[in-house]
Amino acid sequence: MKSNHSSPALELYSVTKRFPTSNGQPYTALHDLNLNVRTGEFLAIVGPTGSGKSTTLTLMAGLEPPSVGEVRVHSEPLRGLNPYVGYMFQNDAVFPWKNVLENVAAGPLFRHVPRDQAHVSARDWIQRVGLEGFEGYYPHQLSGGMRKRVALAQTLIHQPEILLMDEPFSALDVQTRALMEDELLAMWTTLSATTVFVTHDLEEAIALADRVCVLTAGPATVKGIYEIDLPRPRHVAEVRFEPRFVELYHEIWEDLRHEVMISYERTKQHTT
Amino acid sequence: MNAQNNTQLETPRRLIPSSGEDARRQVQARRQRIVVNILRVLVSVIFLSAWEFASRAQWIDPFFFGQPSDVVIQIWTWIIRGTAQGPLWEQIAVTLEETVLGFLIGVVFGIILGIALGRSQILADVFGPYIKAANSIPRVVLGSIFIIWLGLGLPSKVALAVVLVFFVVFFNAFQGVREVDRNLIANARILGASPRQLSTDVILPSALTWIIASLHTSFGFALVGAIVGEYLGAVHGIGLMIATAQGTFNPNGVFAAMVILAVVALLAEALVTLIENRLIKWRPQPVSDISF
Repeated sequence: MKSNHSSPALELYSVTKRFPTSNGQPYTALHDLNLNVRTGEFLAIVGPTGSGKSTTLTLMAGLEPPSVGEVRVHSEPLRGLNPYVGYMFQNDAVFPWKNVLENVAAGPLFRHVPRDQAHVSARDWIQRVGLEGFEGYYPHQLSGGMRKRVALAQTLIHQPEILLMDEPFSALDVQTRALMEDELLAMWTTLSATTVFVTHDLEEAIALADRVCVLTAGPATVKGIYEIDLPRPRHVAEVRFEPRFVELYHEIWEDLRHEVMISYERTKQHTT
Repeated sequence: MNAQNNTQLETPRRLIPSSGEDARRQVQARRQRIVVNILRVLVSVIFLSAWEFASRAQWIDPFFFGQPSDVVIQIWTWIIRGTAQGPLWEQIAVTLEETVLGFLIGVVFGIILGIALGRSQILADVFGPYIKAANSIPRVVLGSIFIIWLGLGLPSKVALAVVLVFFVVFFNAFQGVREVDRNLIANARILGASPRQLSTDVILPSALTWIIASLHTSFGFALVGAIVGEYLGAVHGIGLMIATAQGTFNPNGVFAAMVILAVVALLAEALVTLIENRLIKWRPQPVSDISF
């Protein structure tokens, strides 16, 4: 499903997204947001809590249409679900009633791949994410990190051209998280999938991405985009100590801090 | 990929206790089970002997209250000589047939309509008020209508059981569908599930926990439907036996029929639990395993 590399993989073209709320006033999550995702890049989106980062991803996936503006995939306007994407959710979205093998094979089976063939490629992906021997386990029998691996294999088995990740590792402990980040980078290199990674953790964003996009406090729009010129391959745990990393961190944090403060002041007003 | 590392870092949650500790815990658990069983038997022995004694001492009138030994004799007589309506097993078989048929039909309709209305906002909006209104009627009174429409045979009892079972299952299935995790649906859609696959592969298994919880109560309702139907008018069945015993001022007969019903209901309950465990084996074990 690869296509023209020169055009951006995904474009958000002056996109606004409003949600109806119970008090009648629509809530504006995104306002006039413009963003291009280059083919093959790793783009991280950071922003304060509740700034519409996840909404940006649901628009890119076509799970929700924008209220105003347009989402374009390979320069074509997107209608309905985006067929090129894989999506990793913030919370567990693996099916609790399916064991690991059935979970990973779910995608191909939905798309009518014969059962034998689906199981063969599922076993291959289970091995790639390091879960050999756990094929027959149900999600509740696995640790949080292992469930993330199941979700990763479930998403990557389609070899999606565009990979959308919504704070996928935020629920993990620090060690497991660093491990998963390194593995994600290794897989990203071999798959060469365009990746959009949403996180509230600026360190994670810089360590992983080619570019970091900072969103403003809601309604979100793009505050700034930074090229991350750290050499690859990167080792997530070590790259944080490089002088260039620290420099980039300071530069972007100046931008981000301002937005975080705005969002913090608002929540304080809400609670008092 | 460093697979060895990962599996060492993250062992599965199900921990295996050391064998010594395991054995000690088993002994302890067994001892507790024995104590509980002894106490359970003791409760019924005290209750039954108090009843027996009170009626033999004429503290309560055995003509109205019966006595346990006569109840046992009554059951024995039914087994050996048969009831006024024919052999005992035939009455049990008739009641069970009505119950099981009513249960199955009610469950199937309840699940289908519950999922349909849970999935479709327009259907829910249109039919919601009617279903609520129908649910508020004390449905046992429909038994009389069913007997007028369908006669004294099996169909009228099945119809009453269906009506009783349907609403319990329907509301649970409906709620189960409404409670399905939005993330799971979004995930399945992205993975390529069609609307039909969403229903069968995501929504139904997800709602199954709710539906199965309703099966326990609804089998009881099916039995109530069959018994009340027979009581209102029938030619066979345990409900008719109760009605006959009532008509002849035979309290022992009523109690004996109740005992038979209790045995039937408990066996059915065990069967539902068995099906439940088979269907939702993916669920984590409940924290406490007290069984009634």
